[in-house]
Amino acid sequence: MDLSILLVLVQDGIVNGAIYGLLALALVIVFTVTRIIWVPIGEFVSFGALTLAMLEAGQMPGTVALTALLGLGAAAARLWAARARLTPAGVARCLLTALLPAGLAALLAWACLAWGAPQPLRILAALAIVTPMAPFLYDTLYRPMAGASVLVLLIASVALHLALQGLGLIFFGAEGSRTESLADSLLEIGPLLVTGQSLIILAVTLVLIAALALFFGHTLLGKALRATAVNRLGARLVAIPPALCGHVAFTLAGGIAALGGILISATTTLYYDTGFLIALKGFVAAVIGGLASYPLAALGALLIGLVESFAAFNASAFKEVLVFMIIIPVLLWRSWRMPAALDEGEE
Amino acid sequence: MPHRLLLPLLAALALLPLLPGFPPFWVTLLCYAGLAALVALGLVVLTGVAGLTSFGQAIFVGFGAYASAILTTRHGVSPWAALPAALLAAGVMAALIGALTLRLRGHYLAIATIAWNVSFYYLAANLDLTQRNDGISGIPPLRLGETALTEARAFYPLVLLCLGLALLATRNLLDSRVGRAIRALRGGALAAESFGVDTYRAKLLAFIYAGLLAGLSGWLYAHLQRAVNPSPFSLTMSIDYLLMAVAGGVQHLGGALLGALLVTLLRDQLQSLLPALLGAQGNFESIVFGLALVMLLQGAPQGLWPLLMRPFARWNGPRAAATPPPAAAPLPQRARPAPGTEILRAEDLQKRFGGLVAVNGVGFHLEAGEVVGLIGPNGAGKSTTFNLLTGVLAPTRGAVRFLGTPIAGLPARRIATLGIARSFQHVKLVHGMSVLENVALGAHLRGRAGALRAALRLDRAEEARLLALAWAQIERVGLAAVAHLPADSLALGQQRLVEIARALCLDPVLLLLDEPAAGLRHLEKAALSCLLDRLRAEGMTILLVEHDMDFVMSLTDRLVVMNFGAELAQGRPREIQRNPAVIDAYLGSAA
Repeated sequence: MDLSILLVLVQDGIVNGAIYGLLALALVIVFTVTRIIWVPIGEFVSFGALTLAMLEAGQMPGTVALTALLGLGAAAARLWAARARLTPAGVARCLLTALLPAGLAALLAWACLAWGAPQPLRILAALAIVTPMAPFLYDTLYRPMAGASVLVLLIASVALHLALQGLGLIFFGAEGSRTESLADSLLEIGPLLVTGQSLIILAVTLVLIAALALFFGHTLLGKALRATAVNRLGARLVAIPPALCGHVAFTLAGGIAALGGILISATTTLYYDTGFLIALKGFVAAVIGGLASYPLAALGALLIGLVESFAAFNASAFKEVLVFMIIIPVLLWRSWRMPAALDEGEE
Repeated sequence: MPHRLLLPLLAALALLPLLPGFPPFWVTLLCYAGLAALVALGLVVLTGVAGLTSFGQAIFVGFGAYASAILTTRHGVSPWAALPAALLAAGVMAALIGALTLRLRGHYLAIATIAWNVSFYYLAANLDLTQRNDGISGIPPLRLGETALTEARAFYPLVLLCLGLALLATRNLLDSRVGRAIRALRGGALAAESFGVDTYRAKLLAFIYAGLLAGLSGWLYAHLQRAVNPSPFSLTMSIDYLLMAVAGGVQHLGGALLGALLVTLLRDQLQSLLPALLGAQGNFESIVFGLALVMLLQGAPQGLWPLLMRPFARWNGPRAAATPPPAAAPLPQRARPAPGTEILRAEDLQKRFGGLVAVNGVGFHLEAGEVVGLIGPNGAGKSTTFNLLTGVLAPTRGAVRFLGTPIAGLPARRIATLGIARSFQHVKLVHGMSVLENVALGAHLRGRAGALRAALRLDRAEEARLLALAWAQIERVGLAAVAHLPADSLALGQQRLVEIARALCLDPVLLLLDEPAAGLRHLEKAALSCLLDRLRAEGMTILLVEHDMDFVMSLTDRLVVMNFGAELAQGRPREIQRNPAVIDAYLGSAA
């Protein structure tokens, strides 16, 4: 292995690690705020990328209809949950918050297809189509069982993953797609060739992390989310509505996942079920961070990206095995560092 | 758990293929449902009872199947002789994975098993040992004498036999000393540790048991299918097994059976029906399944089995009144120290939580046969002191000697073996377990029977002695009439008495009671006072935290008073009542 290959592998590792890091971030946000281990995040990666690919190909993606349908479902679920104290304004708000995003998504998709649009606009449309699904799913599926144990919520997540993956196959077919790169330029720094897309991925990741840090550190809503993450009951007692926190967490996570898929689909071919595998690596990163620490999760993601790219070069058949076995030393380390955890009560 | 319906259900399943015109393909489906039910049964123990989630059961099915496939095709081992090897492979793998993960919180196991399963799949698909993606074919069938069990119809009785035995073994296991320890894992881990249960071992046991059942299923699969490749051992299959258990009812043995049948049969039907109905190809059944499962979780989070069993509730008879278990020889008791000898000495105990010093320099001693009260205003550090003495917390500084052994910093279960039993300020009883079973948990250290003896029902003599002991203690605290009820259905005061009975089962030298009289009515308090008096007469040493001053003053020989984590005074009740510092602490000093 010479220096140039080494540098290419490191570059690949960092770029993929950035995506895993974004997913780990999203998973940690959702888990700490809602106790939901959000397995279907992988479908959002696929949906984001493949929706964009269909818009590029000039076709109407099936996700538009799904978003509209879920919007209706979310509106119904919200009205049902609030049935005892409905006011005309409340009904209007329920309908508007659910139907407006869905309508906007459909409009954007239609506009992109009708008039043709530059790539950034198509990306915006894909995000607008896929992101609202996350809070809609929260409304229709998770909120009716908000009091359930972590296990039940996890199994519901797995069930949802199955359903969404099945839908993904119907919407996008079994063939994979790649999307247009945002920047085709190649940058030459000494022996290193840096693609424009990888620079964009890194820049977007860093900007997102900085924005999230600002959001959680300096806005009232961000602080409310943090409070909920630390103590759910305590947050409710000081009038932080859990549903609002859930909506924000899911919207953030859905958007981050879809964006991750869109970014990476310019460097590799994505299939309807690739997202799940990508998300699993995000999970491993989140576990490295103990499902709680953002910086540790980000470091873990970087480690996974690097191990993956070197394993792909040296032992490609065992790439996935090596990546997922990173979890062994992490678990060992955690077992030794922490006293035996006595799970008290139903988690 | 209503087990009575399991036998007729199994019988019905056995007779089903004998119906005239029963399609042979359905017998094959029933075989596969049976194999899945074995795995789901393991998940009932692991997930439903012990509260641990595994997304990796297909790994153990795979280990069982590949072990048998490799041994029979390459080493000429007979399929029957390969069974122990298959079980060993699955069991050892479960022990390894469990040892790595089970010290951590529950959801780590869920996520770690996902990672393990993905790795296992890619390993099997890329190793020469497992013949990569092609897999191993030409596996010999099982033979009974001259007949080879190649047809599903011939194989099916074997599946049912395995399933029946597994159900029996699982029921036996859960209804035993070890079973109570496993059942206590969900929400009662701390209490179980305080009575000598090694909860890590109990978790490991549940995980290995589930792995063994999965290994058995894998062995059967290898010789039914007679070819193995990586795909039936993927993460998707692991998820399927969990879906079956949860849909059927993850806390019920019957739930595993029902869920496996339902999912296997429905999936097959939907796979052929849906594409025809919708006129398109695609895996629609996973969409329908996913949505159906979410709806089920919303509507019936306990699964279908308890829902189906509701109309049959009468079959299990009206709840029988509490009947004492048959008499059995009493268990040996430990030697008691002579009255008046010092049994415990705590010196300079300190506990810090970050910047907060909860207990600061507390020291006292206890003599055999005395009742000592530990009193003080709320937040004085009394319960923390209890936790330091019983090993729930390790002291930051200081020493405790019990019967000459230094115990500061030892784990709770080690201290329990020495003869210290306790009750908790916030009652810690295992939900869903009866009063009798909860109390019998306290006798954990007085039995020896392990999982194997329990599964084979060789533990009955010992079990009878444990239950007789538990019953005797329940009678002692006056709860015999409610011994059969779920412990969490009792009033709070009664639950405290259950905790005392449980503590007495340990045959303790020293009994620590944390607010035993809170929530008791007047007459109940008088009865408790009598009981503690009797225990003292029998030579028991008691240290109690209590806020009811009449109760404390009339009962105790000596008092230790704490305030703000520090020791305020020690002495006889009369002296303490006149001590100005104590009066200040309780009533506030006149400004």
